[in-house]
Amino acid sequence: MLRYAAERVILMVPALVAIAALIFFIIQLPPGDFLSNQIAELRSTGDAAAAAKAEYLRTAYSLDKPMIEQFGVWLGVWEGPRGYSGLLQGDWGMSLEFNKPVADVVGYALGPTIAVNVLAVLAIYLIALPLGIIAAVRQYSLIDYLIAGFAYIAMATPGFLLALVVLIYSNAWFGVSIGGLVDPQYADADWTWPKIQSLIAHLTIAVVIIAFSGVGAMIRRLRANLLDELGKPYVVAARARGIKGSRLLVRYPVRMAIIPFIADIGNLLPSLVSGSVIVSIVLSLPTVGPILVQALKSQDLFLSGFILMFAAVLTLIGTLVSDLLLGLIDPRVRLGQGAER
Amino acid sequence: MTVTDATLAKFETPGFLDRLWRRPGAFFSLVFLAVLYGSLPFVEMIAPYGTETRSNDALFAPPADVNWFHNGSFIGPFVYGTTSTVDLETFRRVYTTDTTKVEKLRFLCSGDPYRFWNLFEMEFHLVCPAEGGSGFYIFGTDRLGRDIFSRVMYGARISLTIGLLGVALSFVLGCLLGGLAGYLGGWIDSLILRVIELLRSLPELPLWMALAAALPATWSPLWVYFGITLILGLLDWPGLARAVRAKVLSLRDEDYVVAAELLGASRVRVLFRHMLPNFSGHLIASVTLAVPGMILGETALSFLGLGLRAPVVSWGVLLSEAQSISAVELYPWLLIPLLPVVLVVLAFNVLGDGLRDAVDPYSN
Repeated sequence: MLRYAAERVILMVPALVAIAALIFFIIQLPPGDFLSNQIAELRSTGDAAAAAKAEYLRTAYSLDKPMIEQFGVWLGVWEGPRGYSGLLQGDWGMSLEFNKPVADVVGYALGPTIAVNVLAVLAIYLIALPLGIIAAVRQYSLIDYLIAGFAYIAMATPGFLLALVVLIYSNAWFGVSIGGLVDPQYADADWTWPKIQSLIAHLTIAVVIIAFSGVGAMIRRLRANLLDELGKPYVVAARARGIKGSRLLVRYPVRMAIIPFIADIGNLLPSLVSGSVIVSIVLSLPTVGPILVQALKSQDLFLSGFILMFAAVLTLIGTLVSDLLLGLIDPRVRLGQGAER
Repeated sequence: MTVTDATLAKFETPGFLDRLWRRPGAFFSLVFLAVLYGSLPFVEMIAPYGTETRSNDALFAPPADVNWFHNGSFIGPFVYGTTSTVDLETFRRVYTTDTTKVEKLRFLCSGDPYRFWNLFEMEFHLVCPAEGGSGFYIFGTDRLGRDIFSRVMYGARISLTIGLLGVALSFVLGCLLGGLAGYLGGWIDSLILRVIELLRSLPELPLWMALAAALPATWSPLWVYFGITLILGLLDWPGLARAVRAKVLSLRDEDYVVAAELLGASRVRVLFRHMLPNFSGHLIASVTLAVPGMILGETALSFLGLGLRAPVVSWGVLLSEAQSISAVELYPWLLIPLLPVVLVVLAFNVLGDGLRDAVDPYSN
């Protein structure tokens, strides 16, 4: 197991380099770049000092060098001309648009992002687990069909459209503005009880909207998995021996049916940062998602590059963690590994 | 002992369509989607107006009510005429229906001229507003007085085909690469597996957005359309390829495969002629389940302004025009394009689940 883990970690290194190259390439794809556009604009307005500063930035980050060298500098394996040391050495570069270090821009949004998405993931599990189990146990009953209907509708409603509808009607019917994390009048206020209340209200609505679109797929999958398990002989045997109802259910088949969801942890981790991008934009939540979209649109190289890289690293770590967890939980995965060698 | 036909019939498994028919939800979804896709070539006729036909008398006109009876007597489908005034306090357009003006709808009529398939000059429509009337807007109109129903129909052409093309691309890539990896093994297998892992370790939506943002703004709408299709298709194949690879691995040592090989069939023939049909049902089901993801992908990208842009009419573009909250509050029918998105995605999901059950020999 240890050896397996070590191998996986070592294999992550070339994967990371490949991903970094891919991301860097994709970001550079659009014609033109932020600094050139800015320099041209500043020159045309005659602001020579600002243009010179932008020019300075360009050399500082080697953006005037060939692509491969730019990449090396960004990654941190190639030394930048003016002390810019690159990703690997913890220098994430400068957001050209916000004129602030990337670490500051992202760091400011990281808290709300993780809060919103962790709560959304918890909400998904909290809603989907019981509904999926009930649907499977009461297969083909009225409640199964009701849950199925709910799940399909939840799957078919894109989160951002739901957010739009809720935003509009909460405003029109209740006069409540649910955009942002708190009501506008509390934006710069101190943390008082009304502000906390407003935060809770906004957070709840955002979390419910984000969770709604994730719930459907999970209910359907859990139901299918659990139905597979319920038909197996060991369940029949357990019933025959007189183990009843929920005790039987939770002890064996549910545990088996949940295993595939552990493999999902790999996807959960990056979604904590990059998930719910569009919902965040519609609800104007101060999360990483809207920053990424803005950065991509304005070709803010270091900002978008770092966010994409961050999400990719989290995906890799998530995959690793879920593989290791699967190995711990399901001996067949572990033994299968041993048998291969 | 002789075996009668009746005995045999007992053991016969019901055919595929029979199995699907037993799932009414899936069957109706299939019919619904078939009708929708079948109507795509004839959008110009079904839509009463063109995409850019503007009416200055009907800015933000509300959805029309179709009536059948006027003053107790049967007239057939008609709408009442409307007059619009601007509320000078809120600057909101107010439409009042004039219940004396009966405007009978015309059917199989000539109306807005168009170029059918960009080839033939035609004026034929299934339904047109009364001549000289105040127009027929079943879903209302937008800020420029364009008919939303017509735009939804034209948008369907883009949004529905983008999903199909994307899936077709991902299907070809997935079968080819997954099949080769599973069948040939060795370094090809490891190479393809590495690429799959690499693509899967990139977060999906941010990657879509990055690629969509990379499409040059100078591209013509048609190229952007293909670009988006390509992006959706190129990033979707790894999942399918993994499934195909697993299936091929499990089938590789089956007797009939060995037999075909010994008879001298080429590898490509064995793969596509003998193995593929054995899991084609499974493939069709997973492909059906992949289409809604692509439709939602287009909607999301266009909504963010990263996908298709304005002169093109797609559901995402229509919805991005409904982003202004103040406008939608006053004119809620701007949100109508949301309905077809939800219905189509719902239908694809129900159909896909039904297909998956129907092709599974172990399900009842």
